[in-house]
Amino acid sequence: MPIQSLNKRESALKQSEAQLKILSNGIFQNGELPTFKAKISETQQYPLKAKKLEILQINLGYMCNQVCAHCHVDAGPDRKEIMTRDTMQQCLDVIKKTGAHTLDLTGGAPEMNPNFRWFVEEATKAGIQDFIVRSNLTIIRANKKYHDLPLFFKKHKVHVVSSMPHWTRGKTDKQRGDGVFDKSIQALKDLNAIGYGIPNSELKLDLVYNPSGAFLPGDQASLEKDFKKALKEDFNIEFHHLFAITNLPISRFLDYLVASENYEDYMYALVEAYNPLAVKSVMCTNTISVSWDGVLYDCDFNQMLELPVNSPVKHISDYNENLLEGRHITISQHCYGCTAGAGSSCQGVVT
Amino acid sequence: MQKSYYDPADLKKFGKISEWNETLGEKFFDYYGKVFEEGALTAREKALIALAVSHTEQCPYCIDAYTKDSLQRGITKEEMMEAVHVGAAIKSGATLVHGVQMMNKVNKLEM
Ligand code: SF4
Ligand code: SF4
Repeated sequence: MPIQSLNKRESALKQSEAQLKILSNGIFQNGELPTFKAKISETQQYPLKAKKLEILQINLGYMCNQVCAHCHVDAGPDRKEIMTRDTMQQCLDVIKKTGAHTLDLTGGAPEMNPNFRWFVEEATKAGIQDFIVRSNLTIIRANKKYHDLPLFFKKHKVHVVSSMPHWTRGKTDKQRGDGVFDKSIQALKDLNAIGYGIPNSELKLDLVYNPSGAFLPGDQASLEKDFKKALKEDFNIEFHHLFAITNLPISRFLDYLVASENYEDYMYALVEAYNPLAVKSVMCTNTISVSWDGVLYDCDFNQMLELPVNSPVKHISDYNENLLEGRHITISQHCYGCTAGAGSSCQGVVT
Repeated sequence: MQKSYYDPADLKKFGKISEWNETLGEKFFDYYGKVFEEGALTAREKALIALAVSHTEQCPYCIDAYTKDSLQRGITKEEMMEAVHVGAAIKSGATLVHGVQMMNKVNKLEM
């Protein structure tokens, strides 16, 4: 049976409080495992404080043409939350005056927001150094109206970051749905054909790898080598970098962990792989994540757990970089996902 | 009370074997760590060897550990099963080849 969003399934876990309860109780409450707060306190890294803003991440809505098994957004075709043009305008005002060098558009499938192209056109004018669009690839092939997306991306020189769970059909389709692999391959070919992902090309194409199950990602460099070799040999596809990202125990992935009775072992694995050196580079320290309704969060994960920034400024309409800098970041046990092994952020490993 | 000889939770305690003999324990873990570093063989190839050997040794801890390790490295289940067959083939071949010793002995002893 195809996967559905927690929302559609009316699952108890569609409520962020239910997720936070799982994250704070059990093995953490009975002291079997140290809380994230206790762990980072060992090296005097609590409270985690925000540094200067470098990355502004904007979530254009939770609607998506896919329903991936591990999705931490719980995105899917049934999710109707979508950023309005008014909120986009407020974001644009901020983009124009921010010191951030990176703009990162996410979703769901950000391209499904009806104002997506307008927003990209307007935001490009602000002269951001690195303008990322997180595209799930299949959207490019989903409907005729999206077929020209690669050319649109090229016109605005956006940096395309796309998820690709594996270089084999079986593993990819299992995580992201039947047929996703073939469509993704076609989309990658389309992007390559216009210059994306070719060595030395200015048109940057990176892939994101999330493990398809209750285990951590292996070494990013060797996974990148394996992905490059396989995609080149099998399909003549090229890309620049692979970001290996740890799945955080929230939303659909948390639901999967609990249902498959892997939750405790996974948390043990995360805590065991805890790397104090990764703490100083977790992405919340230089990022602000804006949700579809304009609320500000420390990161995408806190957004999904509905844990807003700990600051007098809580909405994009009141945005003030100076007030946000130095704020104490809101943490919970899911943060172990960002500090396991070499660390994990939207840009892959952090150490 | 735990009634089984093997408890999956014991795998996490593996490091503790050093507690009763630190010198030898550390030497073992140093050696172990070095063996699995990328060398003339890739870490991926070593993971597959370890997976096959963990089956021939029939160590449930190692099977769990190297199954997970293989998944982390993006190794597919087809590759994993092939590695197990390599181990199984060597193990059965090794059993069978001792049949030659048996045959030699029979030939020597029988009139
Ligand atoms: S493509 Fe991305 S946003 Fe959409 S369901 Fe999959 S993981 Fe979630
Ligand atoms: S989950 Fe968010 S708040 Fe927690 S460490 Fe990761 S980026 Fe920071």
